[in-house]
Amino acid sequence: MLLLAVSIVGSLSIGSSIIPFADVWGILWHQLPWTDDAGSHWSAGEIAIVTQVRLSRVLLGVLVGACLGLAGAGFQGVLRNPLADPYTLGVSSGSSVGAAFLILFGYQALLGEWTIPVVAFATGTLTLLGVFFLARSRGVMQIETLILSGVIIQSFLGAFVSFMVSMSDDVINQILFWLMGSLAMKNWADVYVVLPCLVIGLPLLIAYGQALNLFVLGERHAAHLGIRVERTKLIVLIGSTLLTAAAVSVSGVIGFVGLVVPHLIRLMVGPDYRLLIPLSAIGGGIFVLWSDTIARIALAPKEIPLGVVTALLGAPFFAYLLYRRKKGQEGFL
Amino acid sequence: MISVQRLSKKVNGRPVLDNVSFEMESGRIHGIIGPNGVGKSTLLQLLSGVMKPSSGEIGLDGVSMSNYPRKALARRLAVLQQGGLPPAGFTVRQVVEMGRFPYQNWFGDEREDHSALIDLALDSMGLSELSSRPLDQLSGGERQRVALAKVMVQEPEVILLDEPTTYLDIGYQVQLLDTVRQWQRDRGLTVVAVLHDLNLASLYCDQIIVLHQGGIASMGTPSDVLNASLIREVYQTEASIVAHPLTGTPQILLQPRKQESLQEAVSLMKVT
Repeated sequence: MLLLAVSIVGSLSIGSSIIPFADVWGILWHQLPWTDDAGSHWSAGEIAIVTQVRLSRVLLGVLVGACLGLAGAGFQGVLRNPLADPYTLGVSSGSSVGAAFLILFGYQALLGEWTIPVVAFATGTLTLLGVFFLARSRGVMQIETLILSGVIIQSFLGAFVSFMVSMSDDVINQILFWLMGSLAMKNWADVYVVLPCLVIGLPLLIAYGQALNLFVLGERHAAHLGIRVERTKLIVLIGSTLLTAAAVSVSGVIGFVGLVVPHLIRLMVGPDYRLLIPLSAIGGGIFVLWSDTIARIALAPKEIPLGVVTALLGAPFFAYLLYRRKKGQEGFL
Repeated sequence: MISVQRLSKKVNGRPVLDNVSFEMESGRIHGIIGPNGVGKSTLLQLLSGVMKPSSGEIGLDGVSMSNYPRKALARRLAVLQQGGLPPAGFTVRQVVEMGRFPYQNWFGDEREDHSALIDLALDSMGLSELSSRPLDQLSGGERQRVALAKVMVQEPEVILLDEPTTYLDIGYQVQLLDTVRQWQRDRGLTVVAVLHDLNLASLYCDQIIVLHQGGIASMGTPSDVLNASLIREVYQTEASIVAHPLTGTPQILLQPRKQESLQEAVSLMKVT
């Protein structure tokens, strides 16, 4: 939590136009309604950069990261598969189809700035319903069938996206950039898309933490201890999907966060989901925030796609933790 | 008391149990035996409430099983399932603690402190030394003891055991069933055990139900039930029944089918 706060402050202060650390905080402080404007000596441009551009982007980074980290923990808990991540059930492909379609035919502005987030969210959620429909038989969802259905739908929709990319000439970069994930050119509207989902999703998943612990022992064990297995699976999956769809709809497909953050937390604090879930949210927030900070300043003024940074940064760190854990305790894995 | 009335269950359209009715008295150890694929585990799953019957009723102390909310049922009835616990990263103590789940609210809190109960369960299973070890570093036998400690912590009135001795060597088999019986006697619990080994069933059970072809072939005390003609009918094999030298309960000695080979063995023994 402390690390998250420090990261937010740090990232706010860093950017391609240099504004001193103290000034950033002065500007923010004076934005609060009860402070007077007497001491204000900043230019309108500086104020705009901090409040309009940076603050919303930093907050969005934290929110998107938190959503992905949480959703990853949720999916791994229910699917009990170490390779599961927020995109396993095809939600990202569904959102991508919606977004790519809009970009290809130039409908981005149909509903104003909300268009892409709303449509991507809707198509992502519809995809999950399709996967559920495929995987369900006689009221029971087998985990293996669920993962297979997800993989099938994912490749099917992925082919659509590739098709649309190949059909377009001039907008190709726009679609590809969206697919690689980015927080560039985002504003407060995007924050308002993600925030409600996180506010609903976080407590929901935390409440199911102990149930997910029992799932680790197997569905039968969980059932014998009084858990309604099918209902729990459905609720956790839907909650995780909402979080994923929200994140993907504003930032595109940021890979690696949802897969690796829960594993990182697991290596640090152990397998207890009651700790794992909130810490995955915080860890995801910190991870995406720093990745995005690097993405926007490393080659400034050019931006690196965020998905590239998360993978470049996350993989070596994960390998290091895994190596250290293996050395500390023979026989792990 | 557990009462089962006209219970039928179809799995994938194939009838596994057909119109089965029986009653099980409280405070006893009941064994369920029968050949492979006869529906022993299915019956146990139906009794546990996890599986729904195709038709018929199961009552626990006069209340239909389907009327119990899942958590309320888990406070009265616990299951030690076949194959035991999977290797997981949780410590022994964490897993045993999970047995308290039916008593916990939303956030995993319980009104009273239950750590003494968990210590007791760990102690009586000989797991105190291992309590902070992760489950994936234990042997199969140790994991089975963890599973039983978890069931103890659940404080049930009825325990269902699904072939609890599979994969255990004879030392652990006897140890496990001794522990269960001791605990059953102390608390007056009802135990229902699906057992593969007829001799163990005979030694530990007060009552035995023999399943055969979707129905009950026989039920009663081990001495009533276990005889050569029943073994022949149900298992299609010849067996000699002898009385256990200490307890007097029937014990089954298996016989190879081919008579010649047996005679050869006997003549060989005479030569040497």
